Amino acid sequence: MNALDFAFSGTLLTALSSGALWWPDEELLCVSDLHLGKSERMARRSGTMLPPYEVEETLDRLAEDIATTSPKTVICLGDSFDDLEAAQAVRDELALRLAPLMAGRQWIWIEGNHDPGPVDLSGTHLAEFEQGPLTFRHIARPDARMGEITGHYHPKARLGAGGRTIARPCFLLDEKRLILPAYGTYTGGLFCDDPEFKSLMEGQARAILLNRPPLMIPV
Amino acid sequence: MEMLARADEPCQLLIAPTGGGKTMAGFLPSLVELAQGTHTGLHTLYVSPLKALAADIKRNLSGPVAEMGLPIRIEDRTGDTPSSRKRRQRADPPHILLTTPESLALLVSYEDAGRIFAGLKRIVVDEIHALAESKRGDQLMLALSRLSTLAPQLRRVGLSATVEDPQAIAQLLARNPDPCAILQADPGPDPDISMLTTEQPPPWSGGGGRYAIPAVLEQVKNHRTTLIFHNTRAQAEIFFHHLWLANEDQLPIGIHHGALAREQREKVEAAMVNGELRAIVCTGSLDLGIDWGDVDLVIQVGAPKNVKRLVQRIGRANHRYNAPSKALLVPANRFEVIECLAALQAVKAHTLDGDTDHSGPLDVLCQHILIRAAAGPFTADALFTEVRSAGAYADLPRESFDQCLQFCATGGYALRSYDRWQRLMQREEGGPWQLRDPRAAAQIRMNIGTIVDADKLKVRYQKTRGGAPLGEVEEYFASTLRKGDTFLIGGQIVRYEGLRDMVVEVSRTPNLKPKIATFMGSKFATSTQLSDRILEMFRQEDWPDLPAHTRDWLKLQRKLSKLPQRDRLLVESFPHDGREHICVYGFAGRNAQQTLGLLLTQRMEAEGLNPLGFVATDYATLIWGLTPVDDPATLFSRDNLVETLETWLADNAVMKRTFKSSAIIAGLIERNSPGKRKTGRQATFSTDILYDTLRKYDPDHVMLEITRQEAMRGLVDFGRIEEMLARIGSRIDHVKLQRVTPLAAPLFLEAGRVPVKGLAEQKLMEEEAARLMALAGLKP
Repeated sequence: MNALDFAFSGTLLTALSSGALWWPDEELLCVSDLHLGKSERMARRSGTMLPPYEVEETLDRLAEDIATTSPKTVICLGDSFDDLEAAQAVRDELALRLAPLMAGRQWIWIEGNHDPGPVDLSGTHLAEFEQGPLTFRHIARPDARMGEITGHYHPKARLGAGGRTIARPCFLLDEKRLILPAYGTYTGGLFCDDPEFKSLMEGQARAILLNRPPLMIPV
Repeated sequence: MEMLARADEPCQLLIAPTGGGKTMAGFLPSLVELAQGTHTGLHTLYVSPLKALAADIKRNLSGPVAEMGLPIRIEDRTGDTPSSRKRRQRADPPHILLTTPESLALLVSYEDAGRIFAGLKRIVVDEIHALAESKRGDQLMLALSRLSTLAPQLRRVGLSATVEDPQAIAQLLARNPDPCAILQADPGPDPDISMLTTEQPPPWSGGGGRYAIPAVLEQVKNHRTTLIFHNTRAQAEIFFHHLWLANEDQLPIGIHHGALAREQREKVEAAMVNGELRAIVCTGSLDLGIDWGDVDLVIQVGAPKNVKRLVQRIGRANHRYNAPSKALLVPANRFEVIECLAALQAVKAHTLDGDTDHSGPLDVLCQHILIRAAAGPFTADALFTEVRSAGAYADLPRESFDQCLQFCATGGYALRSYDRWQRLMQREEGGPWQLRDPRAAAQIRMNIGTIVDADKLKVRYQKTRGGAPLGEVEEYFASTLRKGDTFLIGGQIVRYEGLRDMVVEVSRTPNLKPKIATFMGSKFATSTQLSDRILEMFRQEDWPDLPAHTRDWLKLQRKLSKLPQRDRLLVESFPHDGREHICVYGFAGRNAQQTLGLLLTQRMEAEGLNPLGFVATDYATLIWGLTPVDDPATLFSRDNLVETLETWLADNAVMKRTFKSSAIIAGLIERNSPGKRKTGRQATFSTDILYDTLRKYDPDHVMLEITRQEAMRGLVDFGRIEEMLARIGSRIDHVKLQRVTPLAAPLFLEAGRVPVKGLAEQKLMEEEAARLMALAGLKP
């Protein structure tokens, strides 16, 4: 009950409650915007000392998703690190935690606006990646062709429940493109009705709210 | 005059009713000492809780000083003072500086604080009763502890309205263990206070007092200026709206509360000072001692909940010292008739509500440590001694202090540390603490203050229609609005048009009924003293002082069931409308009864009693469900309730809200500086996430301990549940009936019913998602 299947660009995909995307036919798991090292960067930049456990918490969830799905390929869709210095700062902890997760599978780091250029970690480092009808990149392109999968915007949506309004991160999709929610623990979001999405999404867009089970609503 | 005679004592507390001229009395010794013209630099600091009060006092003081030709410079310094003048004041301080707790904390944070305050002789804290129970007061007293080190000769004077326990305030004010002299002024004549009787009896529930509008208008006509107090902003809004509709004589009536735009408030204040208004509908924003001119009647709509506040409000009327103040109480519903009578008795008997024990909160201490660090290096031992000289922190354990210091220095996390980026550091083992990066001082200063408002959004008319500002609503409320929704603000019904640049844009609407109830205001809980008086009243054979409708109601309750008693707990159970109900008369105040409802329904869920929801008032909690409760006694075991509380607290919105404000005060997260727009997805994420993360990875962290303490004495109010359990012991009277009892009936009309969460809410969300998809003609 922690997953919702949906059709997209000729493929059958699964939205997981955790915010990860699962492509069963290709055994591919995709997560976006981990923002690892965010607390380190905030301490460095503003002196704010947030609970420094977001790397642990984010990777705990990723490990769980990997254990449940046993993917052949894992794609981190950009902004995996809050910045390159943060990546350096949490490098040792990461290498230790990531090694068992990466073992025996293809691991692709897509670069994002926060982490341009390769990080000092194993795996493949790419600007974008294509598989079958799908293209994986960090930021959506206005001129993208059918089947674009991106992150960057951290979409979220609201849903009424008996007089209360509940806001959750969400997947956002139309016929052509799919935008993933931020997977990282310390991440905010942008509501689907934000003008930024208006120019991007075409036709009847839908959102899939992170929930157990995930819930699909029209936008 | 006694003040003058005893001016050399280290600490004095003057207690006098509003309008007794006590502020001027507080300044007299300063004026005498300064008259010789020999003192250079700062001599007297005056601190008041309100900016407006500081400005007011400056006017009242400067006049006579100039007339007498005294060589005394008097200036004020608040958040509104231009920065050029603030800089000059630091370089060349006036003799008398009038300021607020926040502005003083800021002054104390400067590296040159020692020079500014070196010659300081006296500090006058005005309206100290209003500061005594708040974090603003705690912050002020910590600042004073610092001042007493910088200026050991400093004498303290507190000015207070009438309070129940002057000794408690004296202890907060004095430098521990200095003594504090208490001077009581003549309280003046007793107020002329009564209940407003109307032809129409008050309704069974609700808090608006609308039924009394014709009678209130009649009173307004018969007096020069009337203040009409309400307990919440929402109630003030609704009342004002209907008062206008009924105001056939076009009497000039205004509204004043904290959520209105400053321009609007200032307009009302000016009109009032000029005597142009016949009545002002208002809330606590008019509570403090500013002289608003010729008020000759105070009307309190809704039970006052707290006798002390009532007495201070009544003091607003008639600022002539020898004439009795005149006030009327308007009970908003039938139960409040009883509560108002209890309040009247309390005022006549001169008993006010006692203060609860006040130990200094640790989030304020964390902020103070950072403020101290901004001023320069310090040793832990010296700061600890200094902090303990503040009354509220006199019993602070060293361990708690060290925890707070660690938190400020490194974040205080158990499993990881910020070695490279810690905020405070020691250059050598055991040496003084100092800021790692001196530039951090500016950020610390930006975050000074202990008032944390819910995030608010401004409301204004659309640009095309002039764009006039109307006030503010909570961001949460704004997020629930859809285009076309109507709500009340500033006494007007407006239509929601959209959110633009973080401003809620609205238009006028001819609609007479607002679709959505207004934003929430604060809900006060009835004080222990009033609850006790009500229970005491229930023991009487008859109630000749009560109106017939209320008297008959109580008699019927006694006949059909029982009246609640102080040392027992009455629990009624009865079926109604296909549901089983239990009604618990705990008389513990609204917050505690609410918590009790949450705890009891969890116990019931665990015991398979299928609770569906509950509603709470100041005196009772009504729970409904599918299964009858045969033996309520087991639900009330203290151990059970405490255990349930622990699990419930873990994932609770109240805790998360409390965490957020404590985290801001303690400096874990930054205050949203005004005007700073939240842009982009990266800028903010919910503090709920921080709370959840800490609970999961660092459950003993000091911020969680602070949150717990705050919630227990604030919104959760478990203290009063414990008080109640101790009071009733095992004496639980379970009365089983076949239908609703008279005393329980109003609870069925009460707003704020709480559904039991869990599976029920999940189901509602799924249904709503399915409905929306179907509406849009989409298949999942």
